[in-house]
Amino acid sequence: MKSRWISFLVPFLAVMVSLLIAAVIILAIGENPLKAYGAMIRGAVGSRLSWADNITKMTSLLLTGLAVGFGFRAGVFNIGAEGQMAMGGIMAVTVGLSLGNVPSAIAIPLTIVAGMAGGAFWASIAGWLKAKTGAHEVISTIMLNWIAYHITNYLVAGPFAVGAGVPKSPEISQSAQLPSLLTVQASSIPSSILLAIVAAIVIYIILEKTTTGYEVKAVGFNPYAAEYGGISISKNIVLTMAISGALAGLAGALEVMSVHHRIFGAFTSDRGFDGITIALIGQNNPIGIIFAAFLISSLRSGSNAMQTIGVPDDIIVVIQGIIIYFVAADRIIRTWIIKASQLGKKKSPKLLQGGEEE
Amino acid sequence: MNWFEAIFTAFASPLFYKLTILSALPLIFAGIGGVYSEITGVTNIALEGIMKLGAFIGVAFTFITGNPWLGLLLGMLGGLILSFLHAYVSIEWSANQIVSATALILIAQGFTGFLMRPIFGQEGQTDFVSKIPTVKIEAVQNIPFIGEIFGEISSFFYIAIVVIIGSWFLLYKTPLGLRMRSVGENPRAADTLGVNVKAIRYFGVLMSGILAALGGMYLALGDIGQFQEQMPAGKGFIALAAMILGNWNPIGTMWAALLFGAAEAMNIQLQTLMVLPSEIKALLNLLPFVLTLIVVGGFVGRTRAPAADGVPYEKE
Repeated sequence: MKSRWISFLVPFLAVMVSLLIAAVIILAIGENPLKAYGAMIRGAVGSRLSWADNITKMTSLLLTGLAVGFGFRAGVFNIGAEGQMAMGGIMAVTVGLSLGNVPSAIAIPLTIVAGMAGGAFWASIAGWLKAKTGAHEVISTIMLNWIAYHITNYLVAGPFAVGAGVPKSPEISQSAQLPSLLTVQASSIPSSILLAIVAAIVIYIILEKTTTGYEVKAVGFNPYAAEYGGISISKNIVLTMAISGALAGLAGALEVMSVHHRIFGAFTSDRGFDGITIALIGQNNPIGIIFAAFLISSLRSGSNAMQTIGVPDDIIVVIQGIIIYFVAADRIIRTWIIKASQLGKKKSPKLLQGGEEE
Repeated sequence: MNWFEAIFTAFASPLFYKLTILSALPLIFAGIGGVYSEITGVTNIALEGIMKLGAFIGVAFTFITGNPWLGLLLGMLGGLILSFLHAYVSIEWSANQIVSATALILIAQGFTGFLMRPIFGQEGQTDFVSKIPTVKIEAVQNIPFIGEIFGEISSFFYIAIVVIIGSWFLLYKTPLGLRMRSVGENPRAADTLGVNVKAIRYFGVLMSGILAALGGMYLALGDIGQFQEQMPAGKGFIALAAMILGNWNPIGTMWAALLFGAAEAMNIQLQTLMVLPSEIKALLNLLPFVLTLIVVGGFVGRTRAPAADGVPYEKE
């Protein structure tokens, strides 16, 4: 079997196995897993409204998945997409609020750039700490997530506060809001999905066709060899984090510009963490990540429908956890694949050593 | 009351010191748990998830059986099982330990959320259950100042003392401790000398699961008597920072945890002593996280991780 096939099969089998285990768990609380999954599929792709919901969710998931995946390629575990997305949203609101009568042609790009800069800055703090002091990016990005969360709460309860009820910011000016791509009755598909797909293609080109991409991958593959080859590790770590954060920041900005038009506490709703699952399923490949984002957004939109027939939607988080577990333990799945292929023909492919291929 | 007065009043009151110790307890348990795992060479950033699952299981079984001690025992078992998943793929399959631990955090979060409704019929938080009782010592209560801190205090305080001293003794005064440290520094050399690297690593990771679960259960069964979905709110990661600042040593981890506990206690005290608008409260909540960032950023002295920390070991 070709190694390309294996790298597709590992996440595929991980998803299948986790759905199976989740089915057993659903059975254990006395519900019918077939009914639950049926409701999930209908909720995800069963109607025009569910498609609209699905694609709206997919936009930010695609971008946080790209953010985490890009970091992975450079050997950086950016677990902070959540906080970077929040900072992107905050910056987009800050700029979007003050634009008044500026025409959309200027207002929209300005707001987007502000969001990307916010995310890039936030991620760079962790990148800088890692490069300068060796601080592990996992702990520092988690802390930055919490700090961003509390900053958002501070802003919507203080300087930005508007109206009664849930603490929230005012709406950004009309000219900075992104139009819908398609509106049919209550369902509308945001145009931001196009920007997210463009971002995926741009990241693909950066990774595969540019010197920057080569350096990023070289550092991720073997930092010592890369440094010996004249590539600055610390410069690359900060740069990687900045690009990664810019993508998560873009997710926050687009969420503000096309969905809520404002921020409130926890408006990122764990999509930064979902990015980790998506990057791992997509094998850190931008094109793979597009499909992985669609899978996870389908699970997420479908889980709401599952909830209505009595299966708590947290089962989706369990499924994501099990998927990640098996991707981490990809050797287990590789061994299964080898055993399965040996049942067919009496050959012994040297797949076990393929742990680090590509 | 102004800021200066409030801070001074806090420092002068026994309550501040009591709150410092109590806030440090979950960090002490989880942080020392981290020491066990990392000293044998397996990173375990899933402490947060283990704390959460431990707290939930502890509360769920206390709810079902009515006995918090039984809940505590089963919560520890839950932490053991969850950490076994991490140990198995890290030790047997050379899995990426950061990725595996991330999976555990999600699995713990998903399971607690998923089981909330079937068991308690509601989401967000569970019913109140019986807490682990406090320990009252009359003789201590009569001492001025000290008595107000230690006179009546959570049983977890005494469990923590046993854990701190016991762990220090185990790691630095017994052959097992020596083996654990050698496996974390140089597994190949330890292997050559006949140390069972795998078994030692399993022991380290499983201990981290038991202790992190204890830390989570202090929050649920020792402090408020219920489980809340947003628990432990980053404390698992702050515990990792305490472990780093404590230089992968149980006693050092305890001091670092007390430092974080003091920041938390000051936050609580200021919010009760002063009338603060909600946005200022939100900013005060930042303190422990900023402190952690400064600590892991290495601005508070250099520390050194075990050499083989996070590196899978395979026999040739």
